[in-house]
Amino acid sequence: MSLTQPVPEILPERQKPTLAPPRARKLHPLPIRVMHWLNALAMLIMIGSGWGIYDDSVIFHFIYFPHWIRLGTWAAQSQQWHFAGMWLLALNGAAYLAYGIVTGRLYMRLLPIRLRDLVTTVRETVHLHLAHEDLTTYNAVQKLLYIVVILAGISQVVSGLAIWKPVQFSGLTALLGGFQSARLIHFLGMSVIVGFLVVHVALSLLVPRTLLAMLTGGPRVGGQK
Amino acid sequence: MMMSLFRPASPPDLAILDNHRPLIRSLSRRGLFRGTFSLGALVALTGCDVSNDASVQSALRAVSAWNDKVQAWLFDPKKLAPTYPASMVQKPPRFNAYYDIEHVKPVDGRDWKLEVSGRVADRSPWTIERLAALPQYDEIIQHICTEGWSYIGEWSGPRLSDFLDRVGADTRARYLYFTTADDYPTSIDMPSARHPQTLLAMTYARQTLADPFGYPVRLRTSTKIGYKNAKWLTSIEVTNEYKPGYWEKRGFNWFNGL
Repeated sequence: MSLTQPVPEILPERQKPTLAPPRARKLHPLPIRVMHWLNALAMLIMIGSGWGIYDDSVIFHFIYFPHWIRLGTWAAQSQQWHFAGMWLLALNGAAYLAYGIVTGRLYMRLLPIRLRDLVTTVRETVHLHLAHEDLTTYNAVQKLLYIVVILAGISQVVSGLAIWKPVQFSGLTALLGGFQSARLIHFLGMSVIVGFLVVHVALSLLVPRTLLAMLTGGPRVGGQK
Repeated sequence: MMMSLFRPASPPDLAILDNHRPLIRSLSRRGLFRGTFSLGALVALTGCDVSNDASVQSALRAVSAWNDKVQAWLFDPKKLAPTYPASMVQKPPRFNAYYDIEHVKPVDGRDWKLEVSGRVADRSPWTIERLAALPQYDEIIQHICTEGWSYIGEWSGPRLSDFLDRVGADTRARYLYFTTADDYPTSIDMPSARHPQTLLAMTYARQTLADPFGYPVRLRTSTKIGYKNAKWLTSIEVTNEYKPGYWEKRGFNWFNGL
């Protein structure tokens, strides 16, 4: 039987598909906005408290974080924040990925990335021609940055588990090259996320409509999911 | 002139800056205002004020207690910690305590006794000789400090589980509470205490423990963070009463399993 055949008449009346056009959704549907800001909070907690834990025994002797930007007055409190914030980060992150995969949103918004588009975007940026009138599509550089930061977030959860439970998850810790190596990966993942945050926040302040859209939902995007 | 991706083929007309001066100024003003506001919010969030708020503190402690349960559930009593070759053993081990090494007060092994109390059948105290007569086990394991540093060490002594069997401990009891000569109490859960890599360590790198590292007997377990491994043990109590250790009283997590 072909899928394009009309709905058979034997279906009861209420099960017939409605003929109304699909309702246009906002650029950032409510679940996305809630998860975005919960993630922002989780990231601030994890980064600030992570710096407090790092300072207790630094990896690089020329890098330490001043007291006033750390979360927690000392190591024990920073650890309390970190091991509380991890639940928010992991659960919210898992919900975000599940939502993105089920709705197809992640795929639609972030793929594909073509090398040619990347070069074009970089060139336009340098020439100050970068168009940002249209908030509804991401350019190739944006796509790449969002994919990198999502992967960095996943990597933080994985390397975090390897540091937190190096005996229970000893296979994972070994895969990351041992405890100290996993710790270094955890630090580098933080660095990537902080680097992303600087660019992300700077750009959203430069084009405040994007910031507003993450609060109000932004323009309606017709037709599609 | 060399062609460059980063250099425009023709220089931009500088008049563009003049023509849009009001817009540029308003944008940078807005940016500055928003930037300051965000930074202020960030500082307020990460400052000491939030952490010291009583309700925030009790919430954080509640999550820490929840994490104790999660870790107890994650703990696999049969899972062994990785072990290492003797060539990787650090000699001497790294000293760490809540005071510096020059303040260590050595324990005299001749009149040292390990008291046993709580839910046990035999409360007679133990001497070094009696502990040395139990089957001895050797393990080369990683010590991981809550600060982030680690080293590999070789420890040997009787298994705590053998000791508990010998004193007729109630193995359904929830906790073991240890006291030490340096006033550094600690407590661990029964399943971790019965793990095969949990020792009453008496040697390091096959030599009698040196004074700074817990002579004559210390706790050494592969499944707990460094600060749970109390040195210079003086008593062991088998109990159902939760009693936090030195660092847990100061806010660190209690279970802290690896």
